[in-house]
Amino acid sequence: MSDLTNLTVAQIRDGHRAGEFSAVEVAEAFNANVADAKALNAFIVETPDHAIAAAKKADADRAAGTLKPLSGVPIGMKDLFATNGVQTTAASHMLEGFVPRYESTVSQKLWDAGCGMLGKLNLDQFAMGSSNETSYFGNVISPWRRKDGGNAALAPGGSSGGSSAAIAARLCPAATGTDTGGSIRQPAAFTGISGIKPTYGRCSRWGIVAFASSLDQAGPMARDIRDCAILLENMAGFDPKDATSLDQPVPNWEAALSSDLKGKKVGIPKEYRLDGIDADIAAMWDAGIAMLKDAGAEVVDISLPHTKYALPAYYIIAPAEASSNLARYDGVRYGLRELPQGAGLQDMYAATRAEGFGPEVKRRIMIGTYVLSAGFYDAYYTQAQKVRTLIARDFDNAFGSCDVILAPTAPSAAFGLGEKTADPLSMYLNDVFAVPASLAGLPAMSVPAALNREGLPLGLQIIGKAFDEQGVLNAGLAIEERAGFTARAEKWW
Amino acid sequence: MAIDQDTVRKIASLARIAISDAEAAAMEGELSGILGWVEQLGEVDVTGVEPMTAVIPNKLRLRDDVVDADPLTGGNRRDDILANAPAPQHGFFGVPKVIE
Repeated sequence: MSDLTNLTVAQIRDGHRAGEFSAVEVAEAFNANVADAKALNAFIVETPDHAIAAAKKADADRAAGTLKPLSGVPIGMKDLFATNGVQTTAASHMLEGFVPRYESTVSQKLWDAGCGMLGKLNLDQFAMGSSNETSYFGNVISPWRRKDGGNAALAPGGSSGGSSAAIAARLCPAATGTDTGGSIRQPAAFTGISGIKPTYGRCSRWGIVAFASSLDQAGPMARDIRDCAILLENMAGFDPKDATSLDQPVPNWEAALSSDLKGKKVGIPKEYRLDGIDADIAAMWDAGIAMLKDAGAEVVDISLPHTKYALPAYYIIAPAEASSNLARYDGVRYGLRELPQGAGLQDMYAATRAEGFGPEVKRRIMIGTYVLSAGFYDAYYTQAQKVRTLIARDFDNAFGSCDVILAPTAPSAAFGLGEKTADPLSMYLNDVFAVPASLAGLPAMSVPAALNREGLPLGLQIIGKAFDEQGVLNAGLAIEERAGFTARAEKWW
Repeated sequence: MAIDQDTVRKIASLARIAISDAEAAAMEGELSGILGWVEQLGEVDVTGVEPMTAVIPNKLRLRDDVVDADPLTGGNRRDDILANAPAPQHGFFGVPKVIE
């Protein structure tokens, strides 16, 4: 039998349904890959028993004729989703040992659809980071290496870096991610996989450890567009427990996949062509434009004039919301408690938070606290929210003349671990192309498009109108079919 | 705007994070750098622009006023709620003494 871990979600689903292999065989194959990949540090907790139990159920359901949409498909779960009875840490010391007594809506939907869990995937601490270097449980190492013989350890992107590394290394066929300012798309681009952030509100935030609630959105990461569509169908849906959940039916995205883009217009935003843009990135973008033309689309130039202000607005809004959301970690109700000898309540709070949060989390809470403090609120926070309105308006105007927008996902290929940690600002700038769609709540995805001169993957980003995940997936499919991206990281771990 | 170490300590106090002098010194430069960079937003003309309140139009819902309407978020879950508390006592959250 060929290696089951090379199969996509659709191939596992269909092959299991057709009786070509058992779900237990699939789960065992992925469990073995997970156990063999400690060097990547992609998982915080491995849950082989969960995967096997779901697989046995899938095989029984097949015999009984009661198969579910994703019966037999094992996945990885980003450790930001609360999982009943399984430690959920957000990659923080603060939540080390926290074992939820409830299940997040998104993970519950996936288990109900027949998925099994291979483990909880590493990430940047509280999803704050772009390289997975802020995790309390250590860096995730990308399976990719530069073709320079140097073997430098590269970042898998962040914050969903465990998810991206695990999929690229064939430790799981798909995984959940969350995207606040690029945390699905940038890691997908860095590791040569696909990932989609749906319209804000599509996936329930209930049971996801909160970072910036007006931006946080869950989405799938997988090896191709079809798998993203399949997973998203089983993650999205109205949830009364999330006040911002969209009360709309979930479309059949997989069934409606079509790479025929005749009659579609693709906008190319001139503001994304930054001075000094990487030559390989520019070439990939041009190639992507040609692919969409070949698929029948008309290409039009558009302008998103406030693009350069998106990142600074994001670094006010996201920390402001984080400083409020993370106020809940007080050492009283759950998580770490640090109680110095003789300390009172206030000292316990301060000591607990000093011990439980890493440097990047503290930095963002401090920025957020500052921009929300008396005397500075209007100058920083209100101004940023007004700029956010202008950024959303830019997209509204642009979508008057196009259906989807094509741009690079990130300004560079994967960088080396440690290359950007000394200067927080240089790290923040890696999300320059991803953040605007987050601020506007729009669906956006990354699809692998090329290798750069160092042999590292590059991703193209497609941004769509609100609620038009289908348009995003279809444009992604047109690129996927033409880019012929089959490169994968050579196993060294 | 450049902020000094006293301001860093003030923010840390508001955020309930204990910091050492060394951390305050390091954060002085980092936070000043980040704040100086975000201040470019000041050059955007926002005359007549409303601040964003909801990114995707959505109406706030009210649920029926029913006790324990949702089994996951309803009442009678004391043991579950206390299960992860660092110092539960007699069915309550335990905290250091706050009244002398």
